[in-house]
Amino acid sequence: MAVLNVNPTRMELTRLKARLKTATRGHKLLKDKQDELMRRFIELIKQNKKLRTQVEQDLKDAFDEFLLASAVMSPEILQEAVAFPKETISVDIKKRNVMSVHVPVMNFIRKLEGDEGSIYPYGFSQTSGELDDAISKLYAIMPELLQLAEVEKACQLMADEIEKTRRRVNALEYRTIPELEETIRFIRMKLDENERSTITRIMKVKDIINKEA
Amino acid sequence: MFKVGVIGDKDSVLAFKALGVDVFTVWEEEEARKTVDTMARSNYGVIFITEQIANLIPDTVDRYDKEIIPAVILIPSNQGTLNIGMDRINENVEKAVGSNIL
Repeated sequence: MAVLNVNPTRMELTRLKARLKTATRGHKLLKDKQDELMRRFIELIKQNKKLRTQVEQDLKDAFDEFLLASAVMSPEILQEAVAFPKETISVDIKKRNVMSVHVPVMNFIRKLEGDEGSIYPYGFSQTSGELDDAISKLYAIMPELLQLAEVEKACQLMADEIEKTRRRVNALEYRTIPELEETIRFIRMKLDENERSTITRIMKVKDIINKEA
Repeated sequence: MFKVGVIGDKDSVLAFKALGVDVFTVWEEEEARKTVDTMARSNYGVIFITEQIANLIPDTVDRYDKEIIPAVILIPSNQGTLNIGMDRINENVEKAVGSNIL
């Protein structure tokens, strides 16, 4: 590892020592952050995977049902049936801080929450039963789908942050800290060497003076 | 308060309309890209997009990965899944852990 390009002075030594201290502390903190992030990430990603598998399967079922509905109904009537929905879904997003990663917390707001009436925005005379099935299935998936959105987003953000943290930890561990340590040793050696050479010189001078006297 | 939207081909996403989710039907790349960007700007918190459409515009989808809002989430269309959603999860694992441990 290369020694930093610095003057071997006492002042530089003090400065580097302080830097080494900061770097070591930063490294420890970042390492802890990385470990904790990783622990949470693994929990979350497992949940994410499970949710996605399930949602994809459920969605497939719902789509199949809808396909049937669109097969037995004319496209115009189908489109008309769903054109003006009763329900409105919106989402309230708050940020939560997980180890300095801001992940979203989503709260879904249904306009019909607590409403006893049906969610179907159409009369039953023109439409087929398959459409009802498809819509009720899809409606049942919605909470999971929305939860998937929350978890998946959190995973994406955390993966980015973990990567960034890992780079930092590695840079500190394998580059900055060894470099500083080496440079500190180099300066110490140099200072010691200077001291020894001064002593020798003084002794020599003394010898010369003694000889002349 | 944020809105929820779905982007996809008409046959896949029409059903979502009955649930009160905003539905945008697109057919080709340019249109899809514009729709996603417009939605991101106009207060949509969650955008579901079918994998078939997302496959056409990977850059646009990736662009929103680093933002908290909106969350762009891939869903299978009625032609089945292309497994892009799963792949993205695995990519995340690889990015974070270094190798796929799941």
